[in-house]
Amino acid sequence: MRLSAIGRTAVTATLLIAAAACGGRDSGEAGGTQATGATGGQCAGQQTTGITDTSLKLGGIYPLSGPASAYGAIPKGIKAYFDYVNAEKGGIGGRKVEFVVRDDGYQPPKAVEEARRLVEQEQVFALFQTLGTPSTTATWDYTNQQKVPQVFVATGASVWGTDTEHPWTIGWQPNYVSEARVYAQFLKKEHPDAKVAVLYQNDDFGKDLLGGFKNAISGTKITIAAEQSYEVSDPTVDPQMRNLAESKADVFLNVTTPKFGSQALAADAKNASWNPLHIVNNVAASITVLKPVGFENVQGVVSATYYKDPVDPTWAEDAEMKLYKAKMQQYAPDADPQVPYHAFGWAAASSFHKAMEAAKCPTREGLRDSVRNLQGVQVDMLLPGVKLETGQGDGFPIESLQLMRFKGERWELFGDVIDTRKEFGPLTG
Amino acid sequence: MSESTQVSDRTTTREQAPVRPGATKWRWAAAAALLAAAVYAPFQLVPFHVFQLTMVLIYAVALLGLNLLVGHAGQISLGHGAFFAVGAYTAAILLDRWDAPYPLTLPVAALVAFVLGLAFGVPAMRLRGLYLALVTLAIAIFLVPLLKRFEEVTGGSMGLSLAKPAPPAWTGLAEDQWLYFLALAVTVAAFLLAASLLRSRVGRALHAIRDNEAAAEVMGVRPAYYKTLAFAWSAMFAGIAGCVYTWVIGFVSPDSFVVNLSITLLAGLVVGGLGSLSGPVLGALFVMFVPSISQDINEAAPGVIFGLLIIAVMYVAPTGLAGLAGRATNSIKKTLRKG
Repeated sequence: MRLSAIGRTAVTATLLIAAAACGGRDSGEAGGTQATGATGGQCAGQQTTGITDTSLKLGGIYPLSGPASAYGAIPKGIKAYFDYVNAEKGGIGGRKVEFVVRDDGYQPPKAVEEARRLVEQEQVFALFQTLGTPSTTATWDYTNQQKVPQVFVATGASVWGTDTEHPWTIGWQPNYVSEARVYAQFLKKEHPDAKVAVLYQNDDFGKDLLGGFKNAISGTKITIAAEQSYEVSDPTVDPQMRNLAESKADVFLNVTTPKFGSQALAADAKNASWNPLHIVNNVAASITVLKPVGFENVQGVVSATYYKDPVDPTWAEDAEMKLYKAKMQQYAPDADPQVPYHAFGWAAASSFHKAMEAAKCPTREGLRDSVRNLQGVQVDMLLPGVKLETGQGDGFPIESLQLMRFKGERWELFGDVIDTRKEFGPLTG
Repeated sequence: MSESTQVSDRTTTREQAPVRPGATKWRWAAAAALLAAAVYAPFQLVPFHVFQLTMVLIYAVALLGLNLLVGHAGQISLGHGAFFAVGAYTAAILLDRWDAPYPLTLPVAALVAFVLGLAFGVPAMRLRGLYLALVTLAIAIFLVPLLKRFEEVTGGSMGLSLAKPAPPAWTGLAEDQWLYFLALAVTVAAFLLAASLLRSRVGRALHAIRDNEAAAEVMGVRPAYYKTLAFAWSAMFAGIAGCVYTWVIGFVSPDSFVVNLSITLLAGLVVGGLGSLSGPVLGALFVMFVPSISQDINEAAPGVIFGLLIIAVMYVAPTGLAGLAGRATNSIKKTLRKG
């Protein structure tokens, strides 16, 4: 005896209705806790999920696996910093920091899953850094809907600061437009009628920087003589470099990621008939990028930076750098302190430390307001003179950089720290 | 009213130990119970787990399509993530540029993926084995730069951000629950479609081709025609999955659909079990949960653990998890009969 189709449907329908009837989610069970009497006053009613008087739980999402896994070094620096603060300073304001790191493999859907895991399951107080523009774009609607702070995201896209609909998300490092403004400022002074050839990566990063540069030189005598783009999947940028050389421009702006940065530097060094002033962007300015090209070939190359490079001997006797190296050895013995990503993580973590201490309320709202109201906060891992500064209508913590020129075997800083806010006015969408 | 008595008869036998071997009947009861559990689940779980289950459903639909091609027609595709991306981007572009209503994006995404699958299927199916695998791999590889190139339409590498479908007020559901039920409805429809497709002439022809292409041709089956059709159908299922993905994630970018996705899908299907209907579901569970479990085991090298787990599963269950489950039920039945 077989069930007829109607019979099956009836069984299924009955079960479905029964199941649905049993349902009904208790409202607010996923929500967190709220500040009450004790924390009281102006903080009453604000969210205190993930934070107690003795603990603070943060979550970060990084590509520990996959094509961008080099950035997986950043959380090691962060963890070392928090371990050091927990063990030797009693935590941040008496709160021991627990930092939960999750891997998204640089894939946006995975980042969404991990953000939900951290917020709903781990019940973190805030997301401290999501890495990469795609992963951050995929998650920021969610974090803002949930009213969870997503602070100091590790990407230089200018959208984090210009956007007004996501108050819970904020960047940290100088955005690419600010960096472009620094180079424009430099050229205005040193080469007021420069003809510039540009090589850029054909994505949000390259276009953000190039667009910022074009805006910054509008109204000056500086012109763009030639521009060439490349894809991340390209094997080499040699053809682009040959085309650019034909322009006979006197300045070459190298907007690339490390691998292509060294290729462009090498191509420029090889070409004896074209000797422009070479400006390489911060992303590709690490010593590890320049070394394979040969230091003798990159003399006089110009770039800009904002935090202290652990490889740079200038900082060998710097107190913060010595502390960083000692504590990295103590709390992250298997990580090489020379890797700049570790120092980057250290600097970001100590920025968080300062912002959290400055918060009026130990709540999510308190952190959100604090990171949007940083007034000249000094972070020792950043260059002297580079300060965290945010406020009404300014959502970019770091907008100052200092120029540097390669000399001998290291970068030499020159000129003053350039505050792009002062020179160009606030950056708006 | 013999219907209703039959119904109660079946539901009571369901609770008893298996006595009669009526396999189809049991399968239906199991499917109904599974569906009931699937409907019940979102009311009991926290939104995070509901989201995870929604992603499982999406992967299950994509794997269902891949299963048609790999499991039933015996062809290898390393480029299925590309069709997934085509569905996702079709839905995203419709929503972004023309503010199309959500239900409309599903058939359009399915159609676009089907037509593209057909277009690629015609030349691709003249190849076989490794050559076909290479061609499909190429599709997956060139899609990412292609999406970045046509920036006006696709949003370039910044991708497109979209609003998620809001639950209608009368349902009283939260957003994650509503998305889950949308995905569940699509998944159930996709499984019914695939099941009826496999029971038809097409399914028999595909099995014949897989088992012995020469013999199938002698029997009057045109291999090129059916293989192309299988390719197009499987692309269509991937496109449907991609469309639901866009609803659920609300963001598409080229980096979401790298070659790794295609390879993970294939690995998930093989682990889940080729050629069975439960294989895609088990494979989807594997694809969704095992990477995060392996991350819990070792934070530093989640990829290594994931790979080791795949190898382990293939050693223990060469026919996939579905085959393992089948063998387990058989041995239980045997012991029951002996006892």
